[in-house]
Amino acid sequence: MELPAGFTYRPIQNGATDEYFLNMGPQHPSTHGVLRLVLRLDGENIIEIVPHLGYVHRGIEKMGENQTYLQNIHLTDRLDYLSAYSNNLALCLAIEEALEIGVPERGEYLRVMICELQRIQSHLLWWGVLGMDMGAVTSFLYGFKEREPITDIFEELCGARLTMNFFRPGGSAFDAPETFLPRVREVISSIRKAVDEFHTLLTHNVIFQERTKGIGVLSREKALAYGCSGAVLRGSGVDYDVRKNQPYSLYDQFDFSVPTGTTGDCFDRYLVRLEEMLQATNILEQAVRRFPGGPHRSKVKAQYKLPAGSYWSQVESARGLFGVYVVADGSAKPYRIKYRSPSFSNLQVLSELVIGHKIADLVAIIATLDLVIPDIDR
Amino acid sequence: MSVFPDKVLYPPNNPIGDLVRTLVPAPFSDVLNGGLAIFSLLALASLTPVVLIWLERKVAAHFQARLGPMRVGWHGTLQPVADGIKLMFKEILKPEGADTFLFFLAPILPATASFLVLTVLPFDHHLQVTDLNAGVLFVIAASGLSIFGVLLAGWSSNNKYSLLGGIRAGAQMISFEISLALLMLLIVLLSGTASLRGIVLAQQGTILDWWIFKFPLFGLVAFILFLISSTAELNRGPFDIVEAESELTGGFTTEYSGISFAMFFFAEFVNMFVAAALATTLFLGGFLAPQMGWGMLDRLLDAVPGFVWFFAKTYGVIFIYMWFRWTFPRLRVDQLMVFEWKVLLPMHLFLLAVAGFFITMEWIPL
Repeated sequence: MELPAGFTYRPIQNGATDEYFLNMGPQHPSTHGVLRLVLRLDGENIIEIVPHLGYVHRGIEKMGENQTYLQNIHLTDRLDYLSAYSNNLALCLAIEEALEIGVPERGEYLRVMICELQRIQSHLLWWGVLGMDMGAVTSFLYGFKEREPITDIFEELCGARLTMNFFRPGGSAFDAPETFLPRVREVISSIRKAVDEFHTLLTHNVIFQERTKGIGVLSREKALAYGCSGAVLRGSGVDYDVRKNQPYSLYDQFDFSVPTGTTGDCFDRYLVRLEEMLQATNILEQAVRRFPGGPHRSKVKAQYKLPAGSYWSQVESARGLFGVYVVADGSAKPYRIKYRSPSFSNLQVLSELVIGHKIADLVAIIATLDLVIPDIDR
Repeated sequence: MSVFPDKVLYPPNNPIGDLVRTLVPAPFSDVLNGGLAIFSLLALASLTPVVLIWLERKVAAHFQARLGPMRVGWHGTLQPVADGIKLMFKEILKPEGADTFLFFLAPILPATASFLVLTVLPFDHHLQVTDLNAGVLFVIAASGLSIFGVLLAGWSSNNKYSLLGGIRAGAQMISFEISLALLMLLIVLLSGTASLRGIVLAQQGTILDWWIFKFPLFGLVAFILFLISSTAELNRGPFDIVEAESELTGGFTTEYSGISFAMFFFAEFVNMFVAAALATTLFLGGFLAPQMGWGMLDRLLDAVPGFVWFFAKTYGVIFIYMWFRWTFPRLRVDQLMVFEWKVLLPMHLFLLAVAGFFITMEWIPL
């Protein structure tokens, strides 16, 4: 019998009937959006899986070639809708680098604070969804409950709760309203309490630990070889964070640590993300204390024309290293624009991680890789 | 001459039964009494899920810091009715290649099984359809039928997700059936009778005479184990690997729609009621009032009808089931099997041995 496209492991012996193929997705509760996986199963055990991409391919990179640089910022929100601000920032950084635009201090502080708020918000959603994938539906709503105040801040800031669009070359589109700092202070204390609660509800639960410890072990070497980033890479014990290693914006002026795991299993990735939320609150606390006055944006230009050449910028989004590569030809539109999305690389390890595990483990592994499919398909 | 022997058609001195007997001549009164009994059970079996669905949604909502259904009726009380009407008028779809006969037979079986168990439950002193002397055996046999429904649904749907759900269900329910049977055997051993009414009457006295307390410490352990085993038998979270929405989309019910899905849903809730009622009967003194041993209070508690106590205790146990479901994450298939065969089963055998020891030493007042 011939194997379906993508399967390579070993051919099915003639007459063997104990193996079968199962199509998981694009409509499946735990593939989070429209990821499609084809599983090769022996009973409940996974022999091999093949991911199929492209169900939400919108051609954003191609579209970008016909848009000005400012219009391109709007397209970046639609990549990873949970890290819209980080994506905005990455493109802005590339434009600023090319045109040597400076950012006033208040603008830089706003950038750091909003990116950290968004990291917390994204991790809260991830935590809730992870619980739901494990069968604990209640955690889903607890995650959303804590996420709500942050989404409110975003709404007040830029008018959107999802696909937020705020950063511009040289600062941000608007200044922070008066209620911004008190609200952030409230979020800081509520998140610290919430993370404690999360530990009680899931982390210390025997069933949860049984389900995640030793499941989907990603070795340090493999994580590096596949180009993983974010919590997936740090869970495997690699101490790499763009904010620390190649600081952008004002991250070199803040005191925070980068949590790493030891074994690289689902539980480590889980702990790393929870700790990242606490570290984000540390950064926020320092930023709130030092938040300066002054303008939020340097002088606005009517048109941004990047000089011919290529530009690269990278940020640490909630999911990992997000990069933008711009090839400019001197006009107001990019010649070619390429996004390096963290989820795409993180997805590639999935087929290595699940082999030999059960269907239930596959769900746990997908959840701890924290994939956002529009970011993969673009 | 009576059609049924008096002993079987229980209870002989129920006020309604007596009234029918005085009004109608002998052979017909028995038929009428039996009809009345079945009718009232049908009413109970169809009303229980309505209440439980509402309760589950409300309990879940409040665990999750939200309100739950609020629009249909006062605090959403009519929501299950609206859901029921919706399900009844939905189209029943049959997937291509499904086994038509089995596909439509499967939803009926679990509901039938749970209805059968209701016939032997003692709701009050004189409120029981029939008191079989091997009531516990009947309960085990009848509740075993519901496995067929789930297995057949998984098999006949012609869907791999359904099949996986069916296989999981078969493994899980058969395993936990053993556990439940052993626990029931434990109570039979302690009470010295297999009749459910007899088991309740063996717990007469104060609250300390219920089997949960009367069998010191081990009774409490047995009760907790019963809760765990019956949760697994009911396929409810954290043991809901059969449905496992995030893994198998809908498990064995994936291909069912409309009223045939509603039948599974119905049976699930009646089953939950039956399991809670059994926990009440076996461990919590069934319809007996929780007497404290203080004269005044005891007389007051005794004045409350037995079925009120029965339903109060049953719903208390149901709340615990819901509490489980909305707190814990789900176990994996193999972990569940390991838990049953390597942890629960040895513990149950140990409990049986301890009970035997207690009885031979005459440490339990019978």
